[in-house]
Amino acid sequence: MSRYLLVKLLEALVAIWGVVTIVFFVSRVLGDPAILLLPVGASQQDLDTLRAGLGLDKPLIQQYAVAMLDMLRGNFGISFQHNRPAMDVVLERMPATFELAGTALIFGTLIGSVAGAIAALKRGTLAEFIVMIAALLGQATPVFWLGIMLILVFSVDLGWLPTGGSGTIAHLVLPGLTLSVFVSASIARLLRSSLLDIMREDYVRTARAKGLLPHTVFFWHIARNALIPVVTMIGIIAGELLGGSVVIETVFAWPGVGRIVVQAIQAQDFPVIQAGVALVAAIFILINLLVDLLYGVLDPRIRRR
Amino acid sequence: MTKAPLLEIRNLTVAFDTPSGTVHAVNDVSYSIEEGETLGIVGESGSGKSVHALSMVGLIATPPGRIVRGEVIFNGRNLLALSQRELFDLRGREIGFVFQDPMTSLNPVLTIERQIAEPLRRHFGMSASQARIRVIELLELVGIPDAEQRARQYPHEFSGGMRQRVMIAIGISCNPKLLIADEATTALDVTVQAQILDLVRELKRKIGTTVIWITHDMGVVAGLADTVQVMYGGRIMESGPVRSVFYDPRGAYTWGLLKSLPHGERRGTNRLYQIPGNPPDLTQEPVGDPFAPRNPFATDRCRVETPPLVNAPDSVPGHKVAAWYDLRAEIQRMEGRP
Amino acid sequence: MKSFLLALLKSRSGLFGFVLVLVFILAALLAPYLGLPVPTRSSLVARMTAPTWTGLFSPGAHPLGTDELGRDILSRIIYGSRLTLTIAATAVVLGGIVGTLLGIVAGYYRGMVDRVLMRIVDIQLALPLMLLALLVIAALGPSTSNLIVVLALTSWLRYARIIRGQVLALREREFILSAHAIGASTWRIMIKHLLPNVMTPALVIATLELARIIIMDAALSFLGLGVQPPNPSWGRMLADGRVYISTAWWIVTFPGIAILITVLSVNLLGDWMRDYFDPKLRTSR
Repeated sequence: MSRYLLVKLLEALVAIWGVVTIVFFVSRVLGDPAILLLPVGASQQDLDTLRAGLGLDKPLIQQYAVAMLDMLRGNFGISFQHNRPAMDVVLERMPATFELAGTALIFGTLIGSVAGAIAALKRGTLAEFIVMIAALLGQATPVFWLGIMLILVFSVDLGWLPTGGSGTIAHLVLPGLTLSVFVSASIARLLRSSLLDIMREDYVRTARAKGLLPHTVFFWHIARNALIPVVTMIGIIAGELLGGSVVIETVFAWPGVGRIVVQAIQAQDFPVIQAGVALVAAIFILINLLVDLLYGVLDPRIRRR
Repeated sequence: MTKAPLLEIRNLTVAFDTPSGTVHAVNDVSYSIEEGETLGIVGESGSGKSVHALSMVGLIATPPGRIVRGEVIFNGRNLLALSQRELFDLRGREIGFVFQDPMTSLNPVLTIERQIAEPLRRHFGMSASQARIRVIELLELVGIPDAEQRARQYPHEFSGGMRQRVMIAIGISCNPKLLIADEATTALDVTVQAQILDLVRELKRKIGTTVIWITHDMGVVAGLADTVQVMYGGRIMESGPVRSVFYDPRGAYTWGLLKSLPHGERRGTNRLYQIPGNPPDLTQEPVGDPFAPRNPFATDRCRVETPPLVNAPDSVPGHKVAAWYDLRAEIQRMEGRP
Repeated sequence: MKSFLLALLKSRSGLFGFVLVLVFILAALLAPYLGLPVPTRSSLVARMTAPTWTGLFSPGAHPLGTDELGRDILSRIIYGSRLTLTIAATAVVLGGIVGTLLGIVAGYYRGMVDRVLMRIVDIQLALPLMLLALLVIAALGPSTSNLIVVLALTSWLRYARIIRGQVLALREREFILSAHAIGASTWRIMIKHLLPNVMTPALVIATLELARIIIMDAALSFLGLGVQPPNPSWGRMLADGRVYISTAWWIVTFPGIAILITVLSVNLLGDWMRDYFDPKLRTSR
């Protein structure tokens, strides 16, 4: 167990290093921060001075080392737009994103699990058909468009809920619901096929042959095993949620990390873009580390490897 | 004087409704087994040997499976008329199962202890610590060393033979009246197979359970069973005391199976016999003797009328065969004209 | 091929997806011959006309209404599909070629090459695809060609991973071993023997990826980071129409439905293909 944990931790660290490296090279090699910082029409001399001031005249490797150290310390530079450390700007928005993504993950997983279990247990019934159609539609719908449609119906036409912003539970309903649809569709489809696969396993027959009651067989022998791929899926979904919230936060004017990153892109505010991407990636890596650990708990075969 | 048999099956017929037609898996199977007896059921895959056993206790999926007719009287009760709840109470408690391929028949994510304890806690209402004592007792009984420690491990930490021992421990955990072993040694290599068979013989001596041993391997049955029953195409083709069926077979299929066994004295001189033709297509409505298409001795009657399972002429009592032809006469004729 | 088509005809969902995909491709190809209004021609008189289904075939009819500049929405959706499908298909092919080749190389050489490549895949997977796309577009600037590059960048690793696994299994098979034995060159083995054998899984991944990429393309265009105006692209239309949501619901509704139906049909086709060719691929997605 401890070896497994160590390997996973090491992998997570390598992944964080890799992401920070990608962030550095993409932004430093492809765009010159000095040009972006100066107003249009600045002289070459101004540019050189600024470059030297920022350490941009140094060899790339040296710049990389400096940037790595800075980034690892959470220093991503000063936001051009806000005139404050970029990391602070991003961190402030973190709770809102957590609130939204967390709501969607919890409700989406719950709804998806129930729907997927119904579809698998009621094989060949209308219930299965409805769940599967809904899940297929849910997966094919662009999340942000669904958000717009929900605003159209519940805010514009019915006037029940606010079109955007944050602060109250009412503000959370529509964006939360939008993201939950995507989560539950993926979970429902995966759980259904996973349950159907497991139901055919020999050890389920063994469990029945022992005289165990149906609910024991279902929870301990079928669901317990079907859960393993679902947990992996939740790791992937967390990434798509963090990415998807970028668009959803824009649609619903939700003051989260995604929205501020999009605004930063429009304003070419590189420190904020880098800080946002690095932070979200770090959270994603952390979530996947947790998923891996949970996976180890759920599947003893993995643990010993 | 005659005690009622422990298990009596009458006209059991099972079908599966599949997209490509109805599969007649078990057709009119009738037999009985006395308490303490060991019955070997032999047949190739698709002969209905496993399906009929699973269907007795509601372990086949319905649909697509369907019990067309029949009665299964176990210990005075018709199992096919039991409620779901009564079946749950019966399985594992009165009838224990040992399945083939211990690799897939044990749940990979639960400890061995938990998997053996489950039926104990379910049927005897044992507490976790009571069950634990019994689990270790069972593991020792089936010959697993370091039982205490091994109980905490998972199936993937056990070898194939050890896993099969665990399966047997699960099967006998509640001291069932009847133990049904379905291809229990098939997935194991020969030496391990021999060890498991020794274990079963020893367990039978110690606890005296009635056993139905289902296998495709004639050799296994010879060493273990009192009576043997040969199935083909969902029917019983021949049954009787092991010695009589082995040394004096009356069914052409049994004869073919025995000929295809490697014999000590024949080694190297003769090639192994292979039964010609393919297994029967069970989606066809069964007509006549199912083995007739592959039977060199088949008569016209074999192809149109199903032979009943009756006492074989001039044999020991209890030796029954379903055949319109006379195998002994045919073989004599064949060997008379080399 | 024949059995493939027969099986397709038997599967309701697969056939449904296949027919719809065909319809979409035909509509995109034949757009100029369908007698549609010019998608970029605005008309101040016809601004935000609601959908009307009376007189469908009269010249001034707008079955799906017009947008804020009086442009016909149906025409924009159909012309938009050309752009959207071209972008998505190019990205899928680009990502597919790179990913498949890298997958073959990693699976064939194993060892160091394999380890480095798979580590890169892992690291890239640690970055949510949407964020990677945002980062790269922020650096490169928004344009159609950059959009394609970014979408391909999010796609290659799925091919690389799965194809590598397939090659690892393939290279132990007799025909590869015998190709070695008769002294075939590495290149020859990879191109002549391995590539044809991984084409099927690659095609299945490509179909499923197409659906994902259409949605991602729409999302990026919606954020203003994809196709630039005045070209009609579905994501762009959503972004523009969103402003008028309270006065003209149809502007933002219909392009979304177009995306939904396209993605749904591609997904149905892809799911069916996966189950038909290789159900094992299911676990790798």
